[in-house]
Amino acid sequence: MSDAAAAPLADPFREARRLARESGDFSVLVATVPYARYLGVQLSLHEGRPRAMLPFRQELVGNPRLPALHGGITAAFMENAAMLHLLYQLETTRVPKSIDFSIDYLLPARTEELYADCEIGRMGSRVAQATIRCWQKSQERPVAVARAHFLLMTPE
Amino acid sequence: MPRRRGRGVANRPYNRGMSTQNLETIAAAFLGYIPHMRECGLSLVRGSPEGVELRMPFREDWVGDPIRGVLHTGPITVLVDSASGFAVLAATPVPETIATLDLRMDYLRPALRDKDLHCRAECFRLTSQIAFVRATVWQDDREQPVAISQSAFMRSSTGKPWKPEARA
Repeated sequence: MSDAAAAPLADPFREARRLARESGDFSVLVATVPYARYLGVQLSLHEGRPRAMLPFRQELVGNPRLPALHGGITAAFMENAAMLHLLYQLETTRVPKSIDFSIDYLLPARTEELYADCEIGRMGSRVAQATIRCWQKSQERPVAVARAHFLLMTPE
Repeated sequence: MPRRRGRGVANRPYNRGMSTQNLETIAAAFLGYIPHMRECGLSLVRGSPEGVELRMPFREDWVGDPIRGVLHTGPITVLVDSASGFAVLAATPVPETIATLDLRMDYLRPALRDKDLHCRAECFRLTSQIAFVRATVWQDDREQPVAISQSAFMRSSTGKPWKPEARA
C-alpha cells in the first residue's frame, strides 16, 4: 500500500499485462487480485481472446449430494473472468470496480472445471458493460450467463 | 411470543415457516456440511421465518484491490447466495431442495478489508414453486449497506424434504 502512496500514477499492472499480451502468461495478472488467486482462476488466450478457467476443488462445493459447485462460486468466477478481461484489455491503473452483477443459472455446475468467456458490449470512458457465459464440458450448454457493469479508472 | 407472519400467504400449508429452534439445528448442520460455507466460516447470527442473518469473517483472501484496501465482490456474492438460500429454507415448513434461478447484486459502496460482512436475507414472497428473496449486506453500519440483492429460487418439484446427512 505504501508503494501506491509513493507513486500514485504508477500502473501496478503494466508488467503483468505485458507478460499476458506477449507470452499468454496470465499468472502475474491473476496474482494482482488476491481473491482471483484464492479461487484459483487461470486464463489463457483463445483465438486472441482471454478465456477463464477454474479448476475444481472440494472446498468450492455447495451441494454435496448432487454434487454441485456453490452458486456463489460460479458467480464469483464469472465476475473475475470479466474483471480480469478488462484488466488485460485496458490500460486501467486500478482493478475495475463492480457496479452491478446479474446472473441466470441454467444448469447445476458439476464438480469439474468451469470455463468462462467474456464479451464487452460497451466500453465507455468511465463504464464498461460485460456479458459473461460460463460452461463446463460443452460450450454449447452453458451452466450460467451473466451481465455486469464496471467503473473504470484509466490514466488521465 | 406470537410469531409474525406476512400478508396471508403463510396460511397456506406450503408456506408455514419452520420454528427458530428447528432453523438453528438446520443452520448448524448446513454450515458444517456444505464445504464452501464451512470454508468461508459462515455463521448464523439470527434466523426466523421472516429472515436470516449470516456473518462472514474477514479473510486476507477476500481482498479484491490491495491498493485501495477493498474487498472483492465475489465473496459478497457467495455470502448473499448462501443467506438468500437460507431465507427460503427458513420460510418453508421443512427444509427442501432449492435451486437459484437468478441473482442480482448492486454494489452500493466499497466493502473494506479487516471487517466482517453481515447479510440479512428475507423471503418476501413464497409460492408453491418459486421463492423471491431480497438481501442487504453491511459491515459496521446496517444503515450504510455495501450491497443489496434480489434473487429468485425454484422450490423442489419432488416435494421431498431435505435431510441433513452425516458428514462424509
